[in-house]
Amino acid sequence: MWTTKTFLTKTKRGNIIKIVREHYLRDDLLCGSAACNTCPHKDDEFVLDGKPNSICTLYAYPHYLILDTNVVLHQIDVLEEDALSNVIILQTVLEEVKHQNTAIYQRLLEIIANKKRKFYSFVNEHHKDTYIERNPGEKQNDRNDRAIRKAAVWYETHLSINSVVGQFPKIVLLTDDENNRKIAQEEGIVCCSIKDYVENVTGFIGLVDKLSKNVAPEACSKDALYPAHLTPAQIHEGIRGEGTAVVNGFEKPILLQGHSGINRAVDGDSIAVEIFPEEEWRRPMDIVLEDKADDDPGDQLEEEAVLLKNTKPVQQGDDEITPTGRVVGIIRRKWRQYCGILMRSKFPGATRHLFVPAEKRIPRVRIETRQSDVLANQRILVALDSWPRNSDKNAENEVILLEHDVPHARFSEAVLACLPPDDWTIPEEEIKKRVDLRSECICSVDPPGCTDIDDALHAKALPGKTEDGLKRFEVGVHIADVTHFVRPNTALDKEAANRSTTVYLVGRRIDMVPDLLSSNLCSLRGGEERLAFSCVWEVDENANILHTKFHKSVIKSAAAMTYEEAQIAIDDKSRNDAIVSSLRILNTLAKKLNRKRLDNGALSLSSPEIRFQMDSETHDPVEVQAKKILDTNSMVEEFMLLANISVAQRLAAEFPQCALLRRHPAPPPANFHTFLKAAKQQGFDLDVSTNKAFSKSLDSAVIPGRPFFNTLLRIMATRCMQQAQYFSSGSKTVEEYYHYGLACPIYTHFTSPIRRYADVIVHRLLAASIGCDVTHATLLDTKVANSVCDNLNYRHRQAQYAGRASVTMNTHILFNKRVEVELASVLAVKRNAVHVLIPKYGLEGPLYLPSDKFTYNEEEHIQTCGDVVLKTFDELTVRLSLDSSNLQHRKLVFELVKPHIPGFSVDVMEVEDTKKETEKDQKKRKEETPAKSASKKSKKK
Amino acid sequence: MSSDFNVKRPGLELLSSQGLRLDGRRPNELRRIQCKLGVFTQPDGSAYIEQGNTKVLAAVYGPHQASKSKSLQDSVVINCQYSMATFSTGERKKRSGGRKSEAISMQLTQAITTAIKKELYPRSQIDVYLEVLQADGGAYSASVNAATLALIDAGIPMKAYLCSCTASIAWKDGKPEPLVDVSHVEESAGGSVLTVSSLPSINSVAWVDMSQRLHADYLSVVMKRAMQGCRDIEVILDKAVREHLGESWTMSDDAVAI
Repeated sequence: MWTTKTFLTKTKRGNIIKIVREHYLRDDLLCGSAACNTCPHKDDEFVLDGKPNSICTLYAYPHYLILDTNVVLHQIDVLEEDALSNVIILQTVLEEVKHQNTAIYQRLLEIIANKKRKFYSFVNEHHKDTYIERNPGEKQNDRNDRAIRKAAVWYETHLSINSVVGQFPKIVLLTDDENNRKIAQEEGIVCCSIKDYVENVTGFIGLVDKLSKNVAPEACSKDALYPAHLTPAQIHEGIRGEGTAVVNGFEKPILLQGHSGINRAVDGDSIAVEIFPEEEWRRPMDIVLEDKADDDPGDQLEEEAVLLKNTKPVQQGDDEITPTGRVVGIIRRKWRQYCGILMRSKFPGATRHLFVPAEKRIPRVRIETRQSDVLANQRILVALDSWPRNSDKNAENEVILLEHDVPHARFSEAVLACLPPDDWTIPEEEIKKRVDLRSECICSVDPPGCTDIDDALHAKALPGKTEDGLKRFEVGVHIADVTHFVRPNTALDKEAANRSTTVYLVGRRIDMVPDLLSSNLCSLRGGEERLAFSCVWEVDENANILHTKFHKSVIKSAAAMTYEEAQIAIDDKSRNDAIVSSLRILNTLAKKLNRKRLDNGALSLSSPEIRFQMDSETHDPVEVQAKKILDTNSMVEEFMLLANISVAQRLAAEFPQCALLRRHPAPPPANFHTFLKAAKQQGFDLDVSTNKAFSKSLDSAVIPGRPFFNTLLRIMATRCMQQAQYFSSGSKTVEEYYHYGLACPIYTHFTSPIRRYADVIVHRLLAASIGCDVTHATLLDTKVANSVCDNLNYRHRQAQYAGRASVTMNTHILFNKRVEVELASVLAVKRNAVHVLIPKYGLEGPLYLPSDKFTYNEEEHIQTCGDVVLKTFDELTVRLSLDSSNLQHRKLVFELVKPHIPGFSVDVMEVEDTKKETEKDQKKRKEETPAKSASKKSKKK
Repeated sequence: MSSDFNVKRPGLELLSSQGLRLDGRRPNELRRIQCKLGVFTQPDGSAYIEQGNTKVLAAVYGPHQASKSKSLQDSVVINCQYSMATFSTGERKKRSGGRKSEAISMQLTQAITTAIKKELYPRSQIDVYLEVLQADGGAYSASVNAATLALIDAGIPMKAYLCSCTASIAWKDGKPEPLVDVSHVEESAGGSVLTVSSLPSINSVAWVDMSQRLHADYLSVVMKRAMQGCRDIEVILDKAVREHLGESWTMSDDAVAI
C-alpha cells in the first residue's frame, strides 16, 4: 500500500540545525479525474469532470487548469467567481500560498471544499511520479515551478493511458511568469497567462473585471459586473478637456442604453457621461428588455449585450436618433431611502438578497441580511449601503439587535431537532436517578409576567439544635436542569453557546434556548413536575452554613408567585400555611445574610431601573415608572448569591484549571476622582480605599430632607465601577478571583441556566464534580474555556447595551409629541452641559449650556451664570421633549425651567400651554389607534 | 469577535485536508521499519532496528550468574541500560547517564521482564544494552522492538513477541483521528503521546505510558490504534526473524523462539 523509499528534506533555521525529515512517496494518490482509467477511484472521489466544458475560446477542447502560486495569490477574486472549474490545485501551490498569505489560503480552502466548483487538490509532493528533489544551487521558487511543470506533464500522460487520442482532457497551465511559460512550452506543456485566459472566457462577463491588474483603477468597486468607473482625477480631466459631461450643450436628453450604459447610476445622481461618436447614436429601444424577476444582474447584462449588438446603428437623419452615451463616473450620489420589497434568494440560508424598489427607476439593490425570513413579504425601507429600516417598531428592534450583534434568527431545524417532544414528561428511570423532592413545599418568586422561571426555593425547620443551641433550618435553592436537555456539542448547545444569553428588550425577549425549553420544560412552573439541580444547605438561625450538598432532583413547585404576591403573603398575619411559613423563614434568613454581606463590605449600589407599561393593543409604551424594590426581591437575590458562592467554591476546588467563575476587579482610584470631588462639595468625605470603607461612608452620607441624595450618590458610585467578567479559573491567580461589588473571594453564575450560557457550563462542571454526569473533553480544555469566556463577556455586554438601547427607543416613543416638566438632579457637570437624571423616569441626558452665558470652572466642576451656580447633586426643574428632526437619531431634549435664567430657561406658562395641547393630541391619537392597527395588519397580509 | 469556538488545538495541523500526515503517511501507517539480527559477534544476541529515522542498536548478554546482591531465588534478573548517542539528535548533547535515560532504562526493564519466561533461569541475570543512534520520535518503542530481536537472537525464551508502538491524536474536520507511530515533529507539535508495549499474539499489554493529559473520551481510540501498530510491528519482526534464520518454519507464530 505504501512505498518504502525515504527521502530527506533538509531545512536550516536560526542557529543552523540540520533537520532531517522523512518524506514518504506514495503510489495510492488519486488524480481525481473522471476521465482516468488507472487510479482506483471510488465513485465519490471524482472531483474533476470526465469531459470538462471549455469556457475559454483559446482552448476549445476539454481541459483542466493547473495554476501556479502567484496566480492564486493575485487572482483569488477570479477564482472565487463561479466561473472557472475543473482546476487542479497542487500541494506545492497550496503550501506556498499558506506560507505567504493565510487569508488567501483560507479562501482557497473554501473554494476547494465547495464540491460544485470542482477544484481538486492533488498531493503532488507525495506522489512517487511527481515528486522532485531540489537540485544543488536551485532556488526554492525554481524548484517549485519545476514541480508544478512536472505535475502538469504527469497529468497529461497519466490521463492518456488507456485513452483514445483526443478523448481525454488536456492540461492548461496558467502562470504569469514569462520565464516559466517559456520553459513549459519547451517541455510541451500548454500554458498561458491568466489574463489571456480570462479575457477569452465566454459566458462570464464580469470575470474580466475581477482580474487584478496591479494598478486598480477603482479600488472601491465591489460590483465588478459593470465597467469600472473612472477615477475622480480622470473625470475632472475629461470635463475640463473635452467637456463630454456637459449635458446642457445638447438639446435632447442623452440616451443611456442598457444596464451597462447606465453603469450603476441611480436616479438623482450627478454623473459624468461619455457621448459616443455620432454614428453610434441610437433610437430609444424598440426592443423591450424583459425584466426577469429572479435573474441575477450578471445574467441580465449578458443578455443585454447580445440584444444591443443586434440593434444596428440606424441611418443618419432619423428624427428619433438620440445622443447616446454611457456613464463613466459618478460625481455625487444622491441616495436616499427607498421603499420596496425583498426578493429572497433561491438558496435557503443565503444572506444576499435582492431588494426590489417600488419605484421603477431605481435599480434593484443587493442586500446582505440574515433577516430574510423576517423581512420577506414585508414592505421595507432601504437606505442604500445600509441596513433595512422601517418605521415600524419591530424594525426598530431589529436595528437594535443588528447593531449590537445579537443573534436573533429563528432557531434552525438542526437545533429544533435536539428538543424533546412537546408532550415530554419525566421518565420513571430519570426520577429514580434523582433525589425526589416532589413532597417538599417549593415555590418560586419572580417578577410579574416571567415565563422563564429558573429558580425556586424552599425552607423548613429541622428538629434538634446545633451545638451552640441554635435552631437549625434546611434551605434549598432549585435551579432548572437545563443541561439535561442541552447536551454538549449538539446543535442546540452550539447555538446556545453562540447566543450566550437571553436578551431582554422592552416588550420582546430573544431566547437563548428555544421556547419549548425556556418557557415550558425547563421553566419551574407551579404545580408541575420539573427536573432541577438543587443546592441544599443546613443553616443555623444566624444563617451560618453548617452543611452544603448538591444533587440533581425532581421537584414540583407549589406556587409560582410574583414579588408582590410573596410580599403580601408574608405580611398577611392571618396566613399560616406551608408556603407562607417557608417564605417567612427565607425572609428572616435573607435579612441576616444581607446584613452579613454588607458587614463584609459588599456595596449596595443603585442604578435607575424603569418599567414600561405597555398598551395592550399597540404594544407602545404608555407610561413609565421606576422599578419598585420589595423585601422579597432581596430575599430571592440573597439565596441566589449564596448558591452561586457555594457552587463557585466547589468548582474552584474541583477544577483548578477550567472552572468558569465571575470576578469583579476593584476599580482603579482614578475612576473616583470627579465623584469624590462632587461629594466633597456636598460636605462628604468618602473613603474609597476598600469596598468595606466605601460601603460604610456611603451609608453615612445622608442629607436629612433629601432622601434621594443617597440614592443619587449610589447611582454615581455605580458608574465608577469596573465591569464584572467571566473567566476560567486557570487564567487568573486566586487573589484575582475576588468579587469587589459582592465582597466575596469567589463567585460564579449558577442560578439562571435558561437565560445565561455561563450557568450551563457551571451546571455541567458541577454535575461532573458530584459524579452524576460525565465530563467531556471540551469542558476541561482550558483554551476552549477561555474562548467561551471571551464570547460570554462579549455577548453579555452587547445584550446590556441592546437592552439600554431598547429602553431609549421606547422612551422616545413615549415622549413623542409629549412635553413634561419634571424634577431633575445633576449627575455631572461637563464643559458645555450638565448631565441630568430625572428620578421619576430614570431618564438621563445632557442639558446643554451655551458658553456665552455660562462659565465653566474646570477645577471645581461647576457652571456659573450670574448668581446661578450649577453643580453636581443640584436639583433642577427641567422640561423634557423629543427632538425628531433627525429620524435616524432622535433624542430627548432637556431644557432648564428652574432656576430661572433670563433668556435661557423656558417659561413654565408656555409649558403649561403645550401640555394641554399634547393632552388633546393624545386623546386624538387614542381614538385613531384601532384604525391604525387594523390597517397595519392588512398591510402585512 | 467571532462566535466560533474552533480553538486551535494542538495537533490540528498534523493532518492535511487530504488526510495525509506531514511526512506523507496516512494516520494508520507505520514508518518504514528495517531490522537486522546478529549485528555483533561479541554479545550473545544483538539487533539493529530503524523505524523511520529512529535508529537503535541492542545487545544482550546472558543469561549468566547474577551477582549475589541482586540474585533472585526463583527467577532471572533483567538489567537494562538505555543510552542515547551524543549525535542522536539535531543538537549535540552529552546524554549518557542522564536522569531521563535512567527512567527509560527502568521502564524498559519492566516491559522486558513481563515478556521473558523468567522462571527458567533462577539466580541468573540477563543484561540488555540499548543505544539510540538517531532519535526521531518513538525511541522507547524502537528500543523495545530492538531488545525483542536481540533477545530472540540470544535464544532467550519469551512468551511472545514483545512489540511497542506509539500513538497520538490529531483532528480532521473537527473529529479526532489517532496517529500511529508518531515522528519527532508530530510528537513536539501534537498533544499527548501514548506508548504501548504489548505481546500482541497473547493479547496482553506489558507497559503503557502517556506523555501528558488526554481526555478519557479519546483514550480508547488512541489505545486501539497503538495496539494495531504493535500487531503490525509483530508481523515485521517475525518476518525479520525468519529471514535471519534462513529457513521457513512450519510452526505457528506464537510458538516462536522456544
